[in-house]
Amino acid sequence: MLASLGLILLCQLIGEAVARGLGLPLPGPVLGLLLLLVLLLARDRFALLVRGPLRNDGVETAGKGLLAHLSLLFVPAGVGVVQKLDLLASHGVAIVLVLALSVVATLLATVLTFLLVSRLLKQQDAR
Amino acid sequence: MSDNPFSLWVYLSQSPLLWLTVTLLVYATTDAVSLATRRHPLANPVLHAMWIIGAFLLLTGTSYTTYFAGAQFVHFLLGPATVALAVPLYENRKRVVASIVPMLAALLAGSVTAVVSVVLLAELARLPRDVVLSLAPKSVTAGVAMGIAESLHADPSLTAVAVILTGIIGAIIVTPLMNRTGITDYRARGFAAGLAAHGIGTARAFQVDEIAGVFSGIAMSLNALVTSFLVPLAVTLLMR
Repeated sequence: MLASLGLILLCQLIGEAVARGLGLPLPGPVLGLLLLLVLLLARDRFALLVRGPLRNDGVETAGKGLLAHLSLLFVPAGVGVVQKLDLLASHGVAIVLVLALSVVATLLATVLTFLLVSRLLKQQDAR
Repeated sequence: MSDNPFSLWVYLSQSPLLWLTVTLLVYATTDAVSLATRRHPLANPVLHAMWIIGAFLLLTGTSYTTYFAGAQFVHFLLGPATVALAVPLYENRKRVVASIVPMLAALLAGSVTAVVSVVLLAELARLPRDVVLSLAPKSVTAGVAMGIAESLHADPSLTAVAVILTGIIGAIIVTPLMNRTGITDYRARGFAAGLAAHGIGTARAFQVDEIAGVFSGIAMSLNALVTSFLVPLAVTLLMR
């Protein structure tokens, strides 16, 4: 468990270092995600890597444990609303409406594009 | 021992222990309520934990800075949790690779809609310019969105609030909206949830369906990438 968490942190650390060092506009944790994915794929190829957290689903179990509580991790930033109460009092309704309409538009644009393209591909395959 | 209960409060309210405990206990309670309502969208645990803790801070006259000194240990885990998304991605890699083309098309359509619609609607609502700028990266996960806001000289703390509100709104409406429109493909539903509503949408997607959660996590990571490039461009084009 500890070694698995250590490996996840190490991936993030390398991700942050690379993103900062090369001045990439990419967030460090996203690079860390890619790195961990590559490690997991490489482990299936090379027996040499099957050790420590990469053995017996170690890192998989730790990762799923973290993701099971993903909602909790947004609470501290969300409580930051208390700093913006004056702004929300004057523009709150407009802000929430704007965000809600934009979210509906984004959800529909995304889901419909996804379905449309996968249907087109299926038709092509059928021919 | 202290004779004065007030001095004990002064001591405890300055220690991370109290605020970390409050965060975990309040969330454990709102999460239990959410579970008891069989994950009803309106029982969103983040939403209810936010206002309960916020009200507690206001009632006790505690500053957000003091609160965050304790709660930051939880906030910190957002980074490792993002890395951990590699695990469900790895376990479902075959299904993901099979739908790579629809994913990329939906990514492009979704991230453009997310930025352009919020900027246009906010201008239409005559919101102040600095607010419009802070809302632009609202569909991206908190850490990345705050970085984008900084580079635009917008207000990162307002962006953080907009991001959380967006996530909660998305988590509440995604299931009823998709059911009403008759969309049953959980890959597409999850992808839309993660793109529009980042981590909170992803947490919701994992509650509904594992495949939806996986696609939601991918959409969240990819959208963070695309939006970092898109927002500065959209802002210069739309806000002259």
